[in-house]
Amino acid sequence: METKNIMIVGVGGQGTLLTSRILGGITVEAGYDVKLSEVHGMAQRGGSVVTYVRYGKEVAEPIVEEGCADVLIAFEKLEALRYAHFLKEGGALVVNDWRIDPITVVTGVAAYPDDIIGKLSAKYKVYSINAMEEAKRLGNAKAFNVIVLGLAAKHMDFDKDMWLKVIENTVPPKTIEINKKAFLAGYES
Amino acid sequence: MAEKKIMLGNEAIARGAYEAGVKVSAAYPGTPSTEISENIVKYPEIYAEWSPNEKVATEVAIGASISGVRACVSMKHVGVNVASDPLYTISYSGVNGGLVLVAADDPGLYSSQNEQDTRCVARAAIVPVLEPSDSMEAKEFMKFAFELSEKYDTPVILRTTTRLSHSQGVVELYDRVVPEDKTYERNPAKFVMMPGNAKGRHVYVEERMNRLMEDGCSFAINRAEYRDTSIGFITSGIPYQYVREACPNASVLKLGMVNPLPKKLIEEFASKVDKLYIFEELEPVIEEQVRSWGIEAVGKEIFTRQGEYSANLLRRVLLKENPQKEAAEQVPARPPILCPGCPHRSVFSVLNKLKIHAAGDIGCYTLGAVAPLSVIDTTVCMGASISTLHGMEKAKGKDYIKNWVAVIGDSTFMHTGVNSLMNMVYNQGTGTVMILDNSTTGMTGHQDNAATGKTLMGEVVPAINIYHLCKAMGIKNVIEVNAFDLKELERVIKEETQREEVSVIITKSPCVLLKGNVFPDVCRPVPEKCKKCGACLRPGCPALTKNADGTISIDVTMCNGCGLCKNLCMFDAIECVPKN
Repeated sequence: METKNIMIVGVGGQGTLLTSRILGGITVEAGYDVKLSEVHGMAQRGGSVVTYVRYGKEVAEPIVEEGCADVLIAFEKLEALRYAHFLKEGGALVVNDWRIDPITVVTGVAAYPDDIIGKLSAKYKVYSINAMEEAKRLGNAKAFNVIVLGLAAKHMDFDKDMWLKVIENTVPPKTIEINKKAFLAGYES
Repeated sequence: MAEKKIMLGNEAIARGAYEAGVKVSAAYPGTPSTEISENIVKYPEIYAEWSPNEKVATEVAIGASISGVRACVSMKHVGVNVASDPLYTISYSGVNGGLVLVAADDPGLYSSQNEQDTRCVARAAIVPVLEPSDSMEAKEFMKFAFELSEKYDTPVILRTTTRLSHSQGVVELYDRVVPEDKTYERNPAKFVMMPGNAKGRHVYVEERMNRLMEDGCSFAINRAEYRDTSIGFITSGIPYQYVREACPNASVLKLGMVNPLPKKLIEEFASKVDKLYIFEELEPVIEEQVRSWGIEAVGKEIFTRQGEYSANLLRRVLLKENPQKEAAEQVPARPPILCPGCPHRSVFSVLNKLKIHAAGDIGCYTLGAVAPLSVIDTTVCMGASISTLHGMEKAKGKDYIKNWVAVIGDSTFMHTGVNSLMNMVYNQGTGTVMILDNSTTGMTGHQDNAATGKTLMGEVVPAINIYHLCKAMGIKNVIEVNAFDLKELERVIKEETQREEVSVIITKSPCVLLKGNVFPDVCRPVPEKCKKCGACLRPGCPALTKNADGTISIDVTMCNGCGLCKNLCMFDAIECVPKN
C-alpha cells in the first residue's frame, strides 16, 4: 500500500493533539508503520497548528508536504484555506464550518476572507460540517473535533468498530461516551 | 518479540535513558526538549529533577557521572549556551559513569529566539555528537551514546531537532540494563581542571577525537547505503528521511555520528558516487570539513542554511519537480497569542494604557510584543530583561527609564533573572522589575520550578519565596499585586517607575491553564447595554469577536472567565455568570 498522508489543521487549543493521538492509535491498531508530527510550545498558543499523520508499509519522513495530502482535516475555515494547497489531486478536504478570528483580524490589520467554503469547493473535494452546532446539540461543545474526525474517517481505511475501540482507549475515561457519540455524529452524517 | 509502541522522539530518548541504566537526570524545560524529562520521570528507577537552569543541570549530571553512575542532562539548543561553561571543561575531564547531554535544536524556529546549530558548539567544545533520524534510533542512539561516553572517556551530545523530538514513530522496547557503578577514586589530574592538569587533558582530548574519527568508520550507525551511484548524499538526522522520500534510488551515506566525522568512510563513499551532495539542515558543518579534505561536493550553494528541510526542497531544487498543484492562498496570518484568561494580558493592558516600554524576557509573556498589546520592546535570552534595562539606565540616566520596566516570569527569574537583579541592586540601578508570577513554567507546558513548591518527581517541598528573596537582596520596594486588579496595578506601576530606587512588582495569578485553576464564571455580552466603544477588544482576547453591528460575541468554548473584558467595560455590557 502506498503511504497515506493525513493532515489536521486548526487553531492552537482546538484539540488537534487529541485527534492525532486517536489517528495514530488506529493506524497502529491496524498494523501499519506510522509517523506523526506535531507542534508544541509557542505555536500552540492560539496560533495556526498543523499535525501530520502518515501511515503505510514503511514510512520515511514524518511530515506531509505540499501537494501530497490524501485527507486534510480542518477545524477552522481560515486554516482550511491556508493549507488547502497541501492536498494532492483528488484529495478530500474535511472542514469544520467555523470561524475563529486571528488576532490580525481582531485588530483590523487583515480581513477575514468571505465565502471560504465556496472558494475551496471550486478547486477541491470539500466536505463541510458545522461541528460546533452539532456538538452543542450533543451536550458538549468541546467534542466538535471528534465530530469532524468522524466525517473524515469516511475517507480512510478503518472500520467503525475499530475507530470506536481506539477512541475508548485514547480519550479520558469521563469523556468516552460523548466522544463516541460525537464520532458517530460525523461518521454517519 | 519485543513490545512495540508508538513514541514521541523525546519519549523514545527518555526510554533510551531508562534502558541504558541511567540513574540521574537533570534538565531545565525548553521547547523542543521538555518532554524528555517529563517522560524520564515516569521511570521510578531514575532520579529526575528540574534544575533552575541548564548550567546547574549539567553540573548535577557531571557530579553523578563523577560518582560513578550513568547520568543525562537535556535542554534546548540555547540552553547549551547556558551549559557551555561546564560542558567545555568536562570535555577535558571526561567521565566516570557515562554522561550524555541531549541538545534539541530548532530549525524553523518553532519556539526559539535563534536557529543556532549545536554541532558548531560541539566542535568548539571537542565533544562527540550523535544524531538519530527517528524515534527508534533516538532510543538506540541514546544507549550507544553511553557506551561511547564510557569507552572514550568523554561526554557525548545526542542532537535532536524539533521535527524529531515532536514526531512519533514505532519503537521496540527492550529491558533496562544497569551497569555496575564505576568505583570512585580520587583523581585530581582528571577532575581538577587547573592549568597544569588541563594541559595534560587537552592532549588527551585531541587523541580521543582522532581515535573516534578512525573508529567511527566501523560504527554501525555510520552506514553507507549503495543504490544508484550516479547520485550520492551525505546526510544525517531527519534530513535522511527527506532524501529517502524524494530520491529513493540514490546512494546515501547516513551519518549517525556527526562529530567527529568518519573521514575514511566519507572518502570511500565520495569515490564511489559520481555526484556528491551534502544535505544538512542549518550550518554547513559536514560540508566544510568534507571540502577541506579536497572532496568535491554540492551543499549550501543550493540548499539553504535557514529553516527546516523537506522532501519537496529536494524535488524542487534537484529534481526540478513540483508536486504542489495549487498555489498557496494569501490569507491573514494567525500568530500565537496569549490564551484567553491569561494574567499576562491583564498586566500588559495596563502597561499599554500607561505607554510604558518593557524590556522583555523568554516565556509566554514574550507574546506581549505583538499588537494589540505591543508592550515588549526587547527580547534577547533568559534573564536578560533586568540586565538590559539596567544597561539602558547606565547609558542614558535615571529619567530615561522612568517609562520602562523589565518584565520576567517566575521560572525565568529563578533561571538567571535573579543574577541580573543582584547586579541591579549592587550597581545602584533604579529600574522597576515586574515579575509575572503565574506559579509555573508556562510556555513549555507547565513545569514546576524552585518557586512553585513542587519537584519534577512530584514531591511537595518548601517553595523559594520570590518576595523574601528580593527582600533579602536589600530591595526596599517589593510589592505583590493581583494580576487582575487593574486599578491597583496602575497605581503601583505609576508609583514605582517614578521611584529612584530598585522596585520589584510581583504580579500574582496562576496560569489559567494550570490544573485546578478555574475561574468560576464565564463572560457574556449584554448587547443592549453595549456602546460599541471597543474597550473590551483592546487587549486582544481571542474569545472576543466584534460583530458587524459593533457589538461583541464571546466564544463560550474559549472564554476562561477571567473577567478582564468585564472590568474594562464602563457600561456593564459584559457580565460574568456561573459556568453552566
